[in-house]
Amino acid sequence: MPGCSCVTEPARKLVTAARLTKWVVSGPPFLFLLLFFVIPGIIMVLASFRYPGEFGGLAPLTAADPATLQGVTLETYRFFFSDPIYGQVFVKSIFMALATTLICLTMAYPLALLIARSPKKSRDLMVLLVILPFASNFLIRVYAWMIVLGPQSALSRLVNGLLHGLGMEPVHLLFSPFAVLVAMVYVHLPFMVLPLYTNLEKHDPSLLDAAQDLGASAWQRFWRVTFPLSLPGIFSGSALVFIPVLGMFAVPDILGGTGDMLIGNLIKEQFLGTRDWPFGSTLSIMLTIAVLLIAWLAARLAGRRGSYG
Amino acid sequence: MDNATMRRGRWLWAAALAVYAFLYVPLAIVVAYSFNDSRLNAEWVGFTWHWYEVLLHDEAMLTAAGNSLLIALVSSLVSTALGTMAGIAMHRYKLKLLTFMVLTPVAMPEILLGVSLLLFFIQVLNLTLGMLSIVLAHITFSIGFVAVIVRARLAGMDESIFEAARDLGASPWETFRYITFPLILPGVVAGGLMAFTLSIDDFVITFFTAGVGVSTLPLHIYSMIKIAVTPEVNAVSTLLMLLTLTMIVLAAKFAPDVLKGKT
Repeated sequence: MPGCSCVTEPARKLVTAARLTKWVVSGPPFLFLLLFFVIPGIIMVLASFRYPGEFGGLAPLTAADPATLQGVTLETYRFFFSDPIYGQVFVKSIFMALATTLICLTMAYPLALLIARSPKKSRDLMVLLVILPFASNFLIRVYAWMIVLGPQSALSRLVNGLLHGLGMEPVHLLFSPFAVLVAMVYVHLPFMVLPLYTNLEKHDPSLLDAAQDLGASAWQRFWRVTFPLSLPGIFSGSALVFIPVLGMFAVPDILGGTGDMLIGNLIKEQFLGTRDWPFGSTLSIMLTIAVLLIAWLAARLAGRRGSYG
Repeated sequence: MDNATMRRGRWLWAAALAVYAFLYVPLAIVVAYSFNDSRLNAEWVGFTWHWYEVLLHDEAMLTAAGNSLLIALVSSLVSTALGTMAGIAMHRYKLKLLTFMVLTPVAMPEILLGVSLLLFFIQVLNLTLGMLSIVLAHITFSIGFVAVIVRARLAGMDESIFEAARDLGASPWETFRYITFPLILPGVVAGGLMAFTLSIDDFVITFFTAGVGVSTLPLHIYSMIKIAVTPEVNAVSTLLMLLTLTMIVLAAKFAPDVLKGKT
């Protein structure tokens, strides 16, 4: 039938309106994030292949004077792999993130389990009590440990009193790897409790009853029923702790000693201290790669385990 | 309940109480020492309001607080608008790329966003770091949080309401204005409060995008902690905790389900 539009005029108007709505709704946030998230990321990758400028920033791509550094280079990457100190800092940061994750898991598990097995009406309050301190300013939570671990604090005096009694040298709790680890755990603990609780809450209690009826001890019921079922919660909680710890610079900066630098401190130093932006970009890219690997691993593990449940 | 279960229950309670103590004791000490009549954060000497008076006369601190409020107000308004759009778009059109762009800044270490924005502002935009760069950075990381809250709100809704509105001849704008928006409003308000709190609280990203001229409350607190710790830090910390507490109560009032879903 010639001239058949097959779609009536009002219907076509509706389709056009719907398409327009899609653009109006998704366009502004898309453009904003393109400009201030995606493009800066690309710029950082490009910057890692440049030379540092004389007074910070980047050296020009082309300069009239052949004596000035210019053009593109793999120098920053060569430098990263040639000096073992950078690899060591990465390894140290990974160990710090690993230790923080394990301690958070050990502390969060009993709490999450208790909340999940509490009566429904008290659960919300118990969860809120976990979130509440986490809502106070990050710096304040770090600063609090400056007081708790300070040389004059009750804890320091207690520890050093005990050490003195045992005939040992006194220790400094503050400005040490120990202080960094404690505050890392403190700052990230809720990130572990919440996903664990969300997982544990969904478990069907009849599974435990069945296990008990079949003669499983409390220990067996935990390790062979509850724990395997909670693995997706463990993996997502671990990712939420591990990733921010890996990039953290403020905690070692405030509570650590001079030797407690992590990747974040290296990056901060390159951008604001030595002002070698290309190398700072290279370090940031290495951190990004580490984070992506961890996130991918956690997603894979959580996904595979999740399919059993 | 058999004996073993009860024993285990007691164990769980003991472990949980220890964790709660770990969470609250350090903050309680900060609050207590803000009323302590001593320059050292070491022993309780006596009650005083002195550190709050010092705080009230600290020009630099008040300027920084004013900056923080202004930045939080502007960035939370813009990020609420953009985040709401993003949340709706993610829910309705399932745009993979947009979802990735919205969620990644939330999930990655803050320092990466901080340094890449520093590079971008200086090297590409040739912008002098200051209020504008901080506001732009704060909007960037807040959009994701607002979007997630709004999307969660939409996900719990019956799609047929929107279809009914369309069938009855409502234009997309009318559907949004009279149906969608009133329904997601609690999520939008909660997202806005969240963005405001995140902005007031942010240290890392602000640290890299602030430059030398402008200070915010967290930046000022940081320099106080790094240079010389006085109990004035305790006083400002206590006031900030009070502020955040108020924000949480407000958020809980507008959208009680948001606090629970905050993972």
